[in-house]
Amino acid sequence: MRKVKILLAGTVAALAVSGSVAHAERGTDGELKILFWQAVSTLNPYLSGGTKEVYSSSMVIEPLARYDEKGELTPTLVTEIPTADNGGVSPDMMSMTWKLIPDVKWSDGTPFTAEDVVFTWQYCTAPDGGCAQAAQYEGVKSVEAVDPQTVKITFSEPKYYPYSAFVGAQSPIIQKAQFKDCVGAKAPGCTSANFGPIGTGPFVVKDFKPNDVITFEANPNYRDPAKPAFATVTLKGGGDATSAARAVLETGEFDYAWNMQVEPEVLATMLQAGKGKIETAFGTQVERINLNWYNPDPALGDKRSTKEAGPHPALSDPAVRRALSMAIDRTIIDEAGYGESGQPTCNIVPAPDMYISTANDWCLTQDIEGAKKLLDEAGWTPGPDGIRAKDGVRLSFLYQTSTNSVRQATQELVKDMWSQIGVASELRNVSASVFFGGDPASPDTFQKFYADVEMYTNNFDGTDPEKYLAEWLCDKVPGPENGWQGQNIPRYCNPEYDKLVAELAKTGDLGKRAELARKANDMLTAEGAHIPLIHRGQPSAVSLSIEGLRMNAWDSELWNVADWSRKK
Amino acid sequence: MTDASATAPLPGIAPSRSVAGDIWRQFRAHRGGLAGLFVFVFIVLAVYVGPYIHQVAPNTINVRERNQWPSWAHPFGTDNLGKDMLAQVLAGGRISLAVGITAMLLALLLGTLVGVLSGYFRRLDGPLMRMTDLFLALPLLPLLLVILMLFRDTLRSAFGPETGIFILIVFVIGITSWMHTARIVRGDVLAVKSQEFIVAAKSSGMREHRIIIRHVLPNVLSSIMVSATLGIASAIITESALSFLGLGFPSDFPTWGRLLYDGANFMQLTPSRVLWPGLAISLTVLSVNFMGDAIRDALDPRALKR
Amino acid sequence: MFTYTLRRLFFAIPTLLVISFVIFALLDLAPSDPTGDLPLTIPPEVREQIRASLGLDQTFLIRYLKWLQQFFVNEPLNLLESLTGWQFGDGERMRVLSWATRSPVVDLIVQRLPQTLWVVGLAYLFGILIAIPIGVISAYKQYSIFDQVGTFVSMVGYSVPTFFTGIVMIVVFSSYLQWFPSVYDTNLRVTDLDSLWLQVKQMAMPVAVLALYNASQITRFVRASMLDNLNQDYVRTARAKGVKEKAVLLVHVLRNSLIPVVTVVALGVPTIFSGAIITEQIFRVNGLGQLLITAVQGADIPLVQTLTFIFALLIVLFNLIADVLYGILDPRIRYD
Repeated sequence: MRKVKILLAGTVAALAVSGSVAHAERGTDGELKILFWQAVSTLNPYLSGGTKEVYSSSMVIEPLARYDEKGELTPTLVTEIPTADNGGVSPDMMSMTWKLIPDVKWSDGTPFTAEDVVFTWQYCTAPDGGCAQAAQYEGVKSVEAVDPQTVKITFSEPKYYPYSAFVGAQSPIIQKAQFKDCVGAKAPGCTSANFGPIGTGPFVVKDFKPNDVITFEANPNYRDPAKPAFATVTLKGGGDATSAARAVLETGEFDYAWNMQVEPEVLATMLQAGKGKIETAFGTQVERINLNWYNPDPALGDKRSTKEAGPHPALSDPAVRRALSMAIDRTIIDEAGYGESGQPTCNIVPAPDMYISTANDWCLTQDIEGAKKLLDEAGWTPGPDGIRAKDGVRLSFLYQTSTNSVRQATQELVKDMWSQIGVASELRNVSASVFFGGDPASPDTFQKFYADVEMYTNNFDGTDPEKYLAEWLCDKVPGPENGWQGQNIPRYCNPEYDKLVAELAKTGDLGKRAELARKANDMLTAEGAHIPLIHRGQPSAVSLSIEGLRMNAWDSELWNVADWSRKK
Repeated sequence: MTDASATAPLPGIAPSRSVAGDIWRQFRAHRGGLAGLFVFVFIVLAVYVGPYIHQVAPNTINVRERNQWPSWAHPFGTDNLGKDMLAQVLAGGRISLAVGITAMLLALLLGTLVGVLSGYFRRLDGPLMRMTDLFLALPLLPLLLVILMLFRDTLRSAFGPETGIFILIVFVIGITSWMHTARIVRGDVLAVKSQEFIVAAKSSGMREHRIIIRHVLPNVLSSIMVSATLGIASAIITESALSFLGLGFPSDFPTWGRLLYDGANFMQLTPSRVLWPGLAISLTVLSVNFMGDAIRDALDPRALKR
Repeated sequence: MFTYTLRRLFFAIPTLLVISFVIFALLDLAPSDPTGDLPLTIPPEVREQIRASLGLDQTFLIRYLKWLQQFFVNEPLNLLESLTGWQFGDGERMRVLSWATRSPVVDLIVQRLPQTLWVVGLAYLFGILIAIPIGVISAYKQYSIFDQVGTFVSMVGYSVPTFFTGIVMIVVFSSYLQWFPSVYDTNLRVTDLDSLWLQVKQMAMPVAVLALYNASQITRFVRASMLDNLNQDYVRTARAKGVKEKAVLLVHVLRNSLIPVVTVVALGVPTIFSGAIITEQIFRVNGLGQLLITAVQGADIPLVQTLTFIFALLIVLFNLIADVLYGILDPRIRYD
């Protein structure tokens, strides 16, 4: 993966091989201090799907297999990844079989068996449980324990990409003995289990203060006797990103801080203290501007931004959509707000490598003159105030996003660039809890899209974009009939596109899948469902004294915390 | 001697001298008050006339000149998008001063009204004070989000995006910050009401509203003045907090509070980004405070006789 | 006064019920959603199930009544059980559960109280202790250098927000001088002198920031009120009678000047409970203020409702205390 900076990977490999070397003994490196500026509220990722909960619990509970920093599946609690070639996945794609590693123990010393895996599926699919990761188990008909070391998953229909259940930090295995009385509606009542799940991972929870601080200790029953190197881990929460960066880079009080959404020059000032560095991993996050294909005119009342409101008076013109994208200088946005942790992009599926398309790379260079020409030709001519108009429709847009200093800076830059081609914009920012809240009563959610254009980031879990690309299907348009819950935010609808995605779901060959996905991606950008801006990475601040860290955007960032150690 | 006579027309004063003139003479005699007035007028002039002298638009983005220290072209330096800080401080001042003073006046008016009424009229005391308790207890953030949801679009279509938001902000700050003034004024009124000169005024058959205006209000003025000065400061800061909820002005409208907040993280890189907005807020509040002191001294019923 | 207090206490019950209803309605109306901060990769159907599991599919009135029962019946019974060891019923009572953490709200509050009292409470106490003498001297020596400097410091202290002073402190004392930690350790237990010293070190910055802010506010009211009273006739009378200046100042003037101060302090003490949101965030004190703000942002209605209601309870109580104190400070004030 070209975009991932693999640091110290060699050292790690050396450590892994020479497990008996003196400095690689369990618990010899003292305390590891981690800072999450969004505090962790529970350690049961099935009850809260937040990234912070998933990451922090990944130190304790593990999935059967996880993605490494290159986005490749690696076995965790199983002997190998089941594929059609090794017989693990049935030829009809209706079932798969996982072989567990023998003699794995839970941190309480009891054996880890296939029963626990089956129970995890039952736990997350129980009615009234409100399991946040239920989507991971979508299409799973049954999970059976063939024998204590073998788990068989049966799907309700052929699944061409079967790696979802029990794969990745989102669906770790929980212990049956601990959670057996916590299924369904009883799940929230099991506070002590939710706050201290028993796991197979390198650390065990010693103390948990919700939304504040977690203390972990090395797991005495961890399957690798030489790991983890740290005896304890403190994971502190709260505050803001800038002060978290300061605590690692400038004062050196902490070893690791997650999610450093901080202006690049502020980070650069802190880096001068010489105590830490910024590590970035690139996953699939793309900051984009969605264009509303329906009319959001407030005069339409409740009908705005729905099919009944009709097409957008200006944005329904492909020339306008294209000109808006051409006018943007993505490099400037990247430099001002993202620095090392972002790259200009024209794709909505920016990774992994085999899905990257170059068909729309015209958008990477700003072309003000070209955009002007395009608008002129389409009949949008500048009025007396410099704003272009046609048939009484002015190119003046309400541009909304969530509150976040980088986003507000981007908004101002884009407004400035658009004004150069005669497009006016009114900026609005909405509190993130409202914007992403999805409350059907609120006019400010990103689903309702009561604006002409809006900006945010989206991505997909794992490495397969099928489910993600299905978000732009015609029947996923949000509207009153589905409680504004559709995911097709731009209200893009093209039967050709629907056909393409349906074909993708029926294709098993990886090369063919990649080709279809690229085609779908190209179609979305070329037709102007949205304007992709920045391929965002996940930057973290790391103390220079930490070794063995491999930044990973495909799984939990703490996925290999067992391998971390302190430089002597 | 009773205090009642203090505010009554004094026989020794020549008829040509009006009350306003008296107050102005008193005010002029107050050095701090004059200095405050001077600084305040200077700030107001600067933010309104300044843009004609320093002709740089506050919203002009110039990425190549970002994070600059002060220079002749940019006397206050630039921010991280290359916007001129002096122009932003001046533009921000117009909004912050308008919001701060209007919102403070609204809160003061509401607070004084509720405070005087409940302190003076025993029958109103219970209901008004319980209402104050309710307002004190309401969680601010959800309240703001609800107000935003209910009124923003209506106001935006009625008054346009800028005036609509201005009205909304002033209203929101006003109705969420009058309670302290009300409680304080009420406490003072309770104490003043029981003093002899009020009892005397009452027994002389003076109308209630005249008693309140002529005898009660002047005696609780000092607390009101303190509330006013503190109120401006908190209104300016609250405005910046509101914009994070999406309740404030659009992000390309600078205000002092927001310049200070946005600049705080750049403190080590470009200190002038926080120095000037911070100084502007402090100077405004200080000048209002000294003017308040002077007004209070000038209106003090007892001081007139000195 | 006694009957007045009793009557007020009696009226507090309906007042608080109304307040709790208004707060609940407000939170229900607010457009935030508990699934708002989940990643967008979690699909809408799953979000709907999460909402249902939180009980959000029930009607507003049922949810309100449930909260009333949980807060006013179940929680007190639980407290009584844990205090006395008695058993009421089967102990299977639904407690007020936070949505984000799925743990009892009361436990969360108990967990947060120590750091809030240490930092916010102490800062308020220091604020009062600094403010009163400064206010008294400023008023007594009006327009002296002391008064002018005091005015300047307090106005700047009040008008420069805590988010700014907090960052300045961290940059100076944590980054450059490395005297104090910038992150508050809530796991620290004070057991001996060493740990006490650590506690003092980690408290120093947040307490200083907050105390400056509180003192700035209170000192203005003390000064203004003292000035009002210094010119009163009774002061001249007392001086004329030969009462010592110190006694005049501290016994007569200060006592009569305390009414607005009592009001301000009574309004301020409940806010200790609601924490200092910004200061707690900056120094990661993670007290009640941080608990409240995360709950508000995450639309954790049971937690916000409970915290706000306890806050309302304290407001009503302390305003009553203030009213009683008025009567003690100035016996002429009568409510009956």
